[in-house]
Amino acid sequence: MTNKEKTVLITKNGIRHDGRKKTDLREIRFEVGILDRADGSAIIYWGKNKILAAVYGPRELHPKHMALPDRALIRCEYRMATFSVTERKSPAPKRREKEISKILAEAIEPAVFDYLYPRSVIDVFIEVLQADGGSRCASITAAALALADAGIPMKDLVVGCAAGNLNGEVVIDLDDVEDKEGQGDLPIAVLPLSGEVVLLQSDGVFNPEQYKEALDLLMDACQTIYKLQREAITNKYAKITEEIIEPVEVEPEPTEAKVEKKKGEKTEEKKETEEKTPKKKASAKKAKSEQSEESEKKKKTSKKKEKKTPPKKDEEAKE
Amino acid sequence: MSDKGLISMVEREHINSLLIHGKRIDGRNFDEYRTITAIPNFVPKAEGSAIVKIGRTKVIAGVKASIGEPFEDTPEEGVVTATVELIPLASPDFESGPPREDAIELARVTDRAIRESKCVSQDSLVIIPGKKVWILFIDIYVLDNDGNLFDACELAALTALMHTQLPECKIITNEDGIEDVEVLETKKPIQLDHIPISNTFAKIGTNIIIDPLLKEESIADARLTLSFTEENKICATQKGGSGSFTIDEIKKCIDIASERTKEIRSKLNSIINPEGYPWSEER
Repeated sequence: MTNKEKTVLITKNGIRHDGRKKTDLREIRFEVGILDRADGSAIIYWGKNKILAAVYGPRELHPKHMALPDRALIRCEYRMATFSVTERKSPAPKRREKEISKILAEAIEPAVFDYLYPRSVIDVFIEVLQADGGSRCASITAAALALADAGIPMKDLVVGCAAGNLNGEVVIDLDDVEDKEGQGDLPIAVLPLSGEVVLLQSDGVFNPEQYKEALDLLMDACQTIYKLQREAITNKYAKITEEIIEPVEVEPEPTEAKVEKKKGEKTEEKKETEEKTPKKKASAKKAKSEQSEESEKKKKTSKKKEKKTPPKKDEEAKE
Repeated sequence: MSDKGLISMVEREHINSLLIHGKRIDGRNFDEYRTITAIPNFVPKAEGSAIVKIGRTKVIAGVKASIGEPFEDTPEEGVVTATVELIPLASPDFESGPPREDAIELARVTDRAIRESKCVSQDSLVIIPGKKVWILFIDIYVLDNDGNLFDACELAALTALMHTQLPECKIITNEDGIEDVEVLETKKPIQLDHIPISNTFAKIGTNIIIDPLLKEESIADARLTLSFTEENKICATQKGGSGSFTIDEIKKCIDIASERTKEIRSKLNSIINPEGYPWSEER
């Protein structure tokens, strides 16, 4: 980690200082619903980044005068723990954190059906436990999962990723060293289904060709991350759905047949909100959860999740 | 805590009526502690760190170090300070902004236990006596609040310190004859002379329970935190809340805490688990 001598950021063969190729992402891992008090929560492990996101709301807004008459206010607070960086950061929020908080909130807003909750607030809290470059992109990726976990209706998840300029080469997903020593940093966040860019910043230098190349590469990278993100949330709610269903089935019944029977009707219901026909797994899950209609609120949220993030539809469609 | 979560009358009655029958809402005995897990080195960028879980309560502590000058009144000693932040991520009851009195109380009680037990060896902290010492910041963030933040913060601070490594230093004398410090690449664990462990009690009516849940705290009249060293000495005490304890109650708490802290200390090796899972298990 010591860079007394200048680190070779990228070799002639396009190998970066940590052995990655130009478009290789660092390892990304998510966990959803990990905090008990929060309405929704997630942690992202992205390279050495460790970032927690928690969502509270929709809830009453204080101070009241900030309330919006026609939609919910989306408020975001991005903070870094004092020990998240090499030199201890002072605990008071810096201008950087305030700015990032603002752009993250603005990036989340387009994804959320905020008109459903007028005069209320949806709070998104982000705590960077360890930072390693690209923390704002990792933050928004985690925040989207926390929102989904909170059962907030959304038209899509949000995915962030950064590109950089290392001695003229465009690379994806800068780590700390590359961020500090490279020539440019270009973070974006997108709604992957529609391809809308909801966050775009850059510092350092890129020429127009590099900038465009970076955008194209980023779009691909975001799709890869999107897949992981959706897996994280569908995995969690698939488990919960199973748990809810099991106690309901007092006597073992031939679920196979039941699922087949229900499949047709459920598919049509689903079409209203989603574009493609769900495959077996998705509809089976839904049909199952339909059975335990009266089980509490939790189930409601899990159903919502399935609507928003159709479980593994794309992957299965491909197979 | 002054930040009380809302609790309904029904629930309040429920907790109370269980207590009358000697029971608690999570089925524990009055003197029974929740499961503790401590995961060290969660943030490798910090000099030392740990996540501590007591039941569903989760806190993270990180230690950062810098070289500075000692306080004038203690020139031969390094500096160890703790801060606690009740970040709004952890609970709907917490608000952002500078630490308020409850966070400051938490920090100061944690600080006191570490300092008064003489936990960190001065040999590890003093570089040039009277001139250069290590200043350790123990920053603690509450991540999920289900009660008993006092014990959680203290244990997180302790576990982080147990896993803190500081760079080795060489004293060099420059041409003017002034001593200076060269920080080397190699790192060395700091030495802990004492291991303080604290136990917190809540008093609800006439009942006293150890390791209160958030719900129990929110209807409690008073709170008592006792820290013990491995020599079974009390190194910090803090009473909180608007209620009171009788002398007999305090003595009883001391007896229980003496036992429980011993138990926790003896299990510390299994409590501290680098492979432990820091978050809520699947429900």
